[in-house]
Amino acid sequence: MTLHLRWRKFVNLLMLGLTGVCVTVAVSTLLIILGYLVIHGARSLSWSFFTQLPKPVGEAGGGMANAILGSAKLIFLASCIGIPIGCITGIYLAEFGGKTFSFLVRYTTDLLNGVPSIVIGIFAYTLVVLPMHHFSALAGGFALGVMMIPIAVRSTEEFLRAIPRSLREGSVALGASKWKTIVRVVIPAAIGGITTGIMLDIARVAGETAPLLFTAFSNRYWSPGWNQPTASLPVMIYTYAIAPYDDWHRQAWAAALVLLALVLLTNIVARLVLYSRRSSASR
Amino acid sequence: MVGTMTSHINPPVITTAARTHDPSAGAALKDTANAQLRFHVAGLNFFYGAKQSLFDVNLEIPANCITALIGPSGCGKSTFLRTLNRMQETVRHTRVQGTVLLDGQSIFDMDVVRLRRRVGMVFQRPNPFPKSIFENVAYGLRINGFRGKLADRVEHSLHRAALWDEVKDVLHKSAYALSGGQQQRLCIARALAVDPEVLLLDEPCSALDPISTAKIEELMLQLRSACTVVIVTHNMQQAARVSDVAAFLLEGKVVECRPTAQLFTTPSDPRTEAYITGRFG
Repeated sequence: MTLHLRWRKFVNLLMLGLTGVCVTVAVSTLLIILGYLVIHGARSLSWSFFTQLPKPVGEAGGGMANAILGSAKLIFLASCIGIPIGCITGIYLAEFGGKTFSFLVRYTTDLLNGVPSIVIGIFAYTLVVLPMHHFSALAGGFALGVMMIPIAVRSTEEFLRAIPRSLREGSVALGASKWKTIVRVVIPAAIGGITTGIMLDIARVAGETAPLLFTAFSNRYWSPGWNQPTASLPVMIYTYAIAPYDDWHRQAWAAALVLLALVLLTNIVARLVLYSRRSSASR
Repeated sequence: MVGTMTSHINPPVITTAARTHDPSAGAALKDTANAQLRFHVAGLNFFYGAKQSLFDVNLEIPANCITALIGPSGCGKSTFLRTLNRMQETVRHTRVQGTVLLDGQSIFDMDVVRLRRRVGMVFQRPNPFPKSIFENVAYGLRINGFRGKLADRVEHSLHRAALWDEVKDVLHKSAYALSGGQQQRLCIARALAVDPEVLLLDEPCSALDPISTAKIEELMLQLRSACTVVIVTHNMQQAARVSDVAAFLLEGKVVECRPTAQLFTTPSDPRTEAYITGRFG
């Protein structure tokens, strides 16, 4: 009996220890990456990184102002495509869809989510770059936008589904149409979760390199408008990190840090906006 | 379940229409003796897919009275209540046959939005929206394009629901900050804001403590002068306390429907007697 009890205590401790070890590994990996990034990135970061264009090979200094703006433009375009399509599809699935068709849609978006990003790059290349005969921000934004759709769909659907039926009934019983109920009650109740999902979605595509390589391509200069090859941080990191110059390596570190900071910043701003709107909505 | 059970206790359905018109019944209706009918339900059958859950229900609901629907779980009283403002249409694979007249007009021919404005509903569990107290009450007005002083109407509705004094200083706080009983009264205020002729209450007190329950019962008695109340309840004391007319449902059928005092003192059907004396259900 006592032996059995001791064994049980031992297993209990062992399992507790195991979960602890796994948690430590998971968290420390992230912390190590972050720390490494901050140390290396901050060392090479300077004001000129944000204001100057890349310098030619051999010349020290320079920055990635064009890539920062380029990434912002690409993410903006991607959001314009991915978020509306994704969210509205999610609303359809959660609120209107039948059984069979919804299953097909859900399955298809899951498959799309599993498509390697480079394949989506080829898709955008065929659909946008080939007819236009040149690389462009549009093509890059399109590729990233397509990548955003599946997560936007699924997170919107999940968070809408989590809203209890009783809220919908309460609204419908007051004479609200289904659409009004969705817009005025269900979505406001789920907006926090949906926003979080979309932020994760943006963070995910912000770091994508592969689909940009042959859609937005890159550019060592400013690319005004939406119609020219556009530099972006991930592609710059890729190019600079595999170059044989120490100075470029430092630039790549800085770019990685800036990319991370930008994603974080978008996240915080979106949450602040959401929070202030929510507190003003109840005024 | 219903289908198998009904076969052996299956006397002809008692049409209750005649009973509410019974002269002896009229006296018990107190001040509403010459009450007009608000709802007239005839031959109502209800199906969830292939399963039938209401069988040839005939019922008349007098105006400005409190009508209680009692019966064991699963007897179809909530289902019946939900057909009165066509809430069952929000559930897939349901089918309704029969006549439901509201003030002489078939509810199935009405625009559903207009019907639900006239026939408000309060649910079993308080379901305030995740908005402020004010916005909860204003919601029905806003979506129905109310033109006028919103704040006045909200205040009036909260007064009617006997909640104003408790919330007047926190109107802009989240409705979730209220207690369960307050939330339920908020839901009543929300339903009253659009000025319905009928208020359907689906076990409104089953999730509440006795004090909140007492408040809501008192509220119902006050509301009776301005609107018709139909309440589903599991609690027979509650039905006896508040209702003017009570209908006993069993396995999707109306067993009897009479003035409450009569139903509880001299039930005409042995099954009603068995139920109200606690022998089953």
